[in-house]
Amino acid sequence: MPEIFSESFLPIINLQDSSNWATDFVQDVIIPRLPEAAAAHFPMELGTVLVMLAFAGIFVAAVPLLPLVLVLAERKVAARFQNRTGPMRVGPWGTLQTLADGVKLIFKEDYIPPQGDKVLFMLAPYVIFACSFAVFAAIPFGQDILVSDFNIGIFYIMAISSVIVMGVIMAGWSSNSKWSLLGSLRSAAQIVSYEIPLGLSILTVVMLVESLSMSEIVDKQSGGIFTWLIFRSPFTFIAFFIFFISSIAEVNRTPFDLPEAESEIVAGFHTEYSGMRFALFFIAEYANMFAVSAIGVTLFLGGWQGVLPGFDFLGGFPGFVIKTLALVFLMMWIRWTLPRLRVDQLMNLCWKYFIPISFFNILGTGIWGLIFENDDVWSIGISCAIIYVGLISAYAVAGKTLARKPEPQVSSA
Amino acid sequence: MESTQQTESKIIELKPFTDEMIVNMGPQHPSTHGVLRLELRLDGEIVREAIPHIGYLHRCFEKHSENLSYPQIIPFTDRMDYVAAMNQNWGFCLAVEKLMAADETKEFAVPERAEYLRVLICELNRIASHLLSFGTYGMDIGAFTPFLYAFRDRERLLLLFEKICGARLTYNYIRIGGVSEIIPLEPGSIAEQNYLDEIEGFLDYFEPKIDEFNDLLTANSIFSERTMRVAVMPAEMAISYGATGPNLRGSGIDWDLRRDEPYSIYDRFDFDVPVAKDIPELGAVVGDCWSRYKIRMDEMKESVKIVRQILAEGLPDGPVMADLKAVRPPKGEIYFRSEAPRGELGFYIVSDGTPKPVRVKGRSPCFSALSALQELSRGLMVADIIAIIGSIDIVMGEVDR
Repeated sequence: MPEIFSESFLPIINLQDSSNWATDFVQDVIIPRLPEAAAAHFPMELGTVLVMLAFAGIFVAAVPLLPLVLVLAERKVAARFQNRTGPMRVGPWGTLQTLADGVKLIFKEDYIPPQGDKVLFMLAPYVIFACSFAVFAAIPFGQDILVSDFNIGIFYIMAISSVIVMGVIMAGWSSNSKWSLLGSLRSAAQIVSYEIPLGLSILTVVMLVESLSMSEIVDKQSGGIFTWLIFRSPFTFIAFFIFFISSIAEVNRTPFDLPEAESEIVAGFHTEYSGMRFALFFIAEYANMFAVSAIGVTLFLGGWQGVLPGFDFLGGFPGFVIKTLALVFLMMWIRWTLPRLRVDQLMNLCWKYFIPISFFNILGTGIWGLIFENDDVWSIGISCAIIYVGLISAYAVAGKTLARKPEPQVSSA
Repeated sequence: MESTQQTESKIIELKPFTDEMIVNMGPQHPSTHGVLRLELRLDGEIVREAIPHIGYLHRCFEKHSENLSYPQIIPFTDRMDYVAAMNQNWGFCLAVEKLMAADETKEFAVPERAEYLRVLICELNRIASHLLSFGTYGMDIGAFTPFLYAFRDRERLLLLFEKICGARLTYNYIRIGGVSEIIPLEPGSIAEQNYLDEIEGFLDYFEPKIDEFNDLLTANSIFSERTMRVAVMPAEMAISYGATGPNLRGSGIDWDLRRDEPYSIYDRFDFDVPVAKDIPELGAVVGDCWSRYKIRMDEMKESVKIVRQILAEGLPDGPVMADLKAVRPPKGEIYFRSEAPRGELGFYIVSDGTPKPVRVKGRSPCFSALSALQELSRGLMVADIIAIIGSIDIVMGEVDR
């Protein structure tokens, strides 16, 4: 597809582009407010760059607040699942607890293992932190709330998020600890494996939309809940669940939290980290969790588009955040309910189940695209009917197996 | 010809095996249940060998006992298996009582009321112990929530123990010749009625919770995958290593001292002994981690059954302490075993007729079970080691004594 790459690769640098929002901002907002003499000689390029930097600054400052909220949310959610109240002391209902923890972590000793690789050890948290935050640049939070509308947005996200594994390996290797090494190797195997079903399930969406741009993917889902890509074909319905489970594995959360399995390998790749470096891992983990949920919402659940066409219900920026937080809550729910898989079972799940199903999905999506060339009502109706029948038959087949319970075993004597 | 030989030798050098990594798991580790140190020889994730090193919690219980009078030893037994301290008290007292009964010059019998109280409290303690085992096993496998559910219910039991003996962990409640009277529980009094009502309230609350736990963890497919068919201990192996209690019954051997060698008043109660069987539709095999775990879940139900029978009968009237002038067993030696939550708890006591024993030896069920770890864990994965340690349910206080 040459036309995808023929456009400007990074529109953020392309100042000649008249549709650039920063240029528009300078022309529409700043210049009318300036004195005439200054406006005449206003350096457009410099002004545009400054505006971009200012917005980037706001963004960079706002995004770390997200993990701050999410960490508290996780603790509160976990507490509710476990008949506890969670943090209650710092601030009203413990709402400032994460802030207090952050302050504590900043003042802690920054320990670097003397036998380890110091440069890599110091670099690793920043690699993970930077990558997990760079992902946010391509996520459309709302109609115009998008840092950069890449024409290869989803490709960029996949590329950036797979660099995270480098940071994990660096952390594990440089710590000079066997637990860290085990954890980072587990992580490397896991993330690299689960990238494949993740990428393949994203591919089904890309095949239907015929674009890699995040904003175009969202635009294609503007007709209400049944035009969301999850319902567009039965194959994307399956792909959504593969995507969601793989993304849990990507962000190392239970039941796939083997790289930091507390009861097995202490804390995995960040065993040796303390203070602010540990906090960076922690923030990156939660930022990542939000990011993968946001990607899932954008690709499958309509992005910032509302439930009904023409109405703003569950649409726009608030709707996007609500949908994303619902997925985040689902992840927390899963984490506090399920036990952990073993390494070989994890790999089995990926290579023996997810990847074959994903290939089947791609084949199916291709055929689906051949049959229904336009996104007409018929294709959506047939798709929803197939999903409905499929779910019911799956329940009929597997429901009894899932509900079986072990009987008490009592001796006859 | 020389060059081919060289290449051949190079091929031999390039072995597909990596170096073995020796890792110390413990003594400070989140899931070694105390201060167990395991020396793991790892080939990647595969465990070539796991060698347990014990002794980090050794407190010279047996040597201490030689310098203390018999009643003074009871608090030391509390510290053996601190999760089920009542049963440890009882095991020791039973041994001393049997030794004293050998002296025909003195008449001596534990009062009926004390026997009932002992069974009541020890069965509740068994539930508390199995609850902890269930909770920590969930945590070992990676599920955090069952742990807090288990502790929520264990807390109510500890409050019950606190009401009858003033302590939550190390009770020193069961004494030689009866039970402690520190907090009096007058026969037929309102306090007694209230206490029994409270126990009944707990049982009514707790019995449905066992099914909830089974739904939450036992039937969970990830949990089953992690524990079923893992570390199978066949019956012969269980016997040869001296595994007892739930570990032995988990290997399919129908043996429970409470039923097969009844001591105290266990012959008056009607209860079943859970024994593991193959469950092909679930995939469980006799002797795997899941079977050992499941035995504990079923035993909680049986303990509830026993306590309910006591509550239905009511506690008999009478004293709770035998009329003892002094604890001075006759010259001789005794070995007595009882069924503690973790298996067969034995005490071997040598007496020379003085108030202090010459020798006390505790037979720890956890120690025997732990000795099987090395054979069980060979060739499994790191995560399986944790599953084994949790399933044989060791308490290091008892292993090291």
